[in-house]
Amino acid sequence: MKRFLYELTESWKIAATQMRSNKTRSMLTALGVIIGIVAVTLMGTAINGISTGFDKSMAVLGDDVLYVGVQPWLERDDWWNYRSRKKIKTEFAEPLNRMISATEDSNLLLAVPVSSWFRTVRYNENLVNNVYILGTTFDFLAISTVDCVKGRFFNEIESRGGANVVVIGYDVADALFPSENPIDKSVLINGQPFKVIGVNTRQGTFLGLFSWDSMVAVPLPAFKKYFSAKSESEIRVKVKDKKKMAEAKDELTGYMRRIRALPPEKENDFALNEQQAFKSTLDPVKNSIAIAGLFITGLSLFVGAIGIMNITFVSVKERTKEIGTRKALGARRRTILLQFLIESTALCLVGGFIGLIFAFLLCSAIGAALPSFPISISLGLVITSMIVSVLTGLVSGFAPAWTASRLDPVTALRYE
Amino acid sequence: MLISDTMRPRGPIVIDIESITKHYVMGEETVHALRGVTLQIHRNEYLAIMGPSGSGKSTLMNMLGCLDTPSSGRYEFNGRDVSAMDDDELAAIRNREIGFVFQTFNLLPRSTSLRNVELPLIYAGIDPETREERAAQTLRDVGLGDRLHHKPNELSGGQRQRVAIARALVNDPSIILADEPTGNLDSKTGEEIMGLLENLYQRGNTIILVTHEADIARHARRTVHLRDGLIESDATAEATEIQTLAFS
Repeated sequence: MKRFLYELTESWKIAATQMRSNKTRSMLTALGVIIGIVAVTLMGTAINGISTGFDKSMAVLGDDVLYVGVQPWLERDDWWNYRSRKKIKTEFAEPLNRMISATEDSNLLLAVPVSSWFRTVRYNENLVNNVYILGTTFDFLAISTVDCVKGRFFNEIESRGGANVVVIGYDVADALFPSENPIDKSVLINGQPFKVIGVNTRQGTFLGLFSWDSMVAVPLPAFKKYFSAKSESEIRVKVKDKKKMAEAKDELTGYMRRIRALPPEKENDFALNEQQAFKSTLDPVKNSIAIAGLFITGLSLFVGAIGIMNITFVSVKERTKEIGTRKALGARRRTILLQFLIESTALCLVGGFIGLIFAFLLCSAIGAALPSFPISISLGLVITSMIVSVLTGLVSGFAPAWTASRLDPVTALRYE
Repeated sequence: MLISDTMRPRGPIVIDIESITKHYVMGEETVHALRGVTLQIHRNEYLAIMGPSGSGKSTLMNMLGCLDTPSSGRYEFNGRDVSAMDDDELAAIRNREIGFVFQTFNLLPRSTSLRNVELPLIYAGIDPETREERAAQTLRDVGLGDRLHHKPNELSGGQRQRVAIARALVNDPSIILADEPTGNLDSKTGEEIMGLLENLYQRGNTIILVTHEADIARHARRTVHLRDGLIESDATAEATEIQTLAFS
């Protein structure tokens, strides 16, 4: 055991000496690994970023909220069936809440009506088209995480009374009020004046998926008064325990059938949607992007590994006589194997380390240039790339190291 | 002095070789490098192996140095049968029992004298402090106390061979196997190295010298001549001396 330790330290020393005495060659070889590690690390951060952005967007939907709507979010194949369905009315929230509170051990917590439509919002000359206008009640706060960077969400009185107040998303605020404080300013939504009482915290957009940044929220009565004609409504229902989603769905289905007064033989004429459905459809897409990306960038690392293997073979050839001498002095097969494995690993580690620094700089540059793109280097990624470097070194160094360890001492000593 | 040598009691047998053969297959042909060599070497002998090229001298040396195993025959080193040992067992024997001195010195070019001499101790699993201490002491013993931290390219040929001899000695081996130790040196430096070997012999080491130069072989007390893979003659110093006198 002790001998193994001494041989190990000796091998590291030899590796360091080799690199120092063959600087150009070592750097060129390590370059392959550097490029490989940069590619893999950047791809890793990009995948991480996509994943984070995706999850963030998903978080807006809430993983403990059921969306009662006319049609399912994803299965659009036979949309003509859904078109004929009766609309979901905001008024359904009341009987739903009554049934929820009347049921003992209900798996549901609270039903909140939400109406929405796209409208133009303007302030003086500034205007934003197609803003997602949300009409909802004060209860909305209970089912969704809404943080205001300025001001507040509307309160119960404003909510019931249908006051002309509005909470605007960060990007909307940015577009309408580039240099002013939006609070207490009056904006025109579809020509109607609304007083800005709050601005949402920036959330970041990703692939144009749901984001608070481009929405505005107004009290439901005000929404109905001004834009109800073509609007679509849904009921959002918060469940008590997200582990009991299935039970919650069954319960909610029962309530909705009662409200719709559906006889048992009739199918549901509404759909219950949840974040999970989205996730399970999009996750495979996300994963295949990740696999394809890592595979392609992995190829560049593979090329780097071939470079390492090549240079280790050269090194073994050049130092055949040295290997013979070492064997004559008592180096065993394992000792020689270890020595060359460590040489290739050391090269890969140096390459990996430099690669990480480059990747870090590049990430910072990308982060500075495109702040909206979610990119981040995590400690896990650093550790992973170091492990990948070591593995690359071991794998690519194995064949040459094995050859070296098997050399016949007599032949090796005679080699010139 | 020669008399005192013969008076010296013979030590225990270190190397015991009995009718070993070695053949190589080279393409269609089989080369019989050794055709049955029997040889015993005692502790504290000074033996020269001579012979023209192709005589099997190098093959015998590789065999004695446990770098190679015989095709047939028996080889016992300090009573242990090495003819059937595997690579790693042979490596252990070489490490502990045999000190090699090569014609081309075979020093590691980028390592200091000290690190070169430490090498066999690393493979023997000796801790760093002891290692350095012993390596430095051995280098002082061969007269290189002031060259511990020099690299081979900063040393003269004779000094390099001294480093190699120190490396051969450092693990206190049973035999020192010197293959043409003066082959790459001028005659004056060669004599110095031979003086050093003589010195080591006087201090009780067992030395096996492989050479084709009669001048060098003369330093040994016993000379084995090989020809065509067989021992042609095996003579101790007096006999050689007498022969030389008789023929002169």
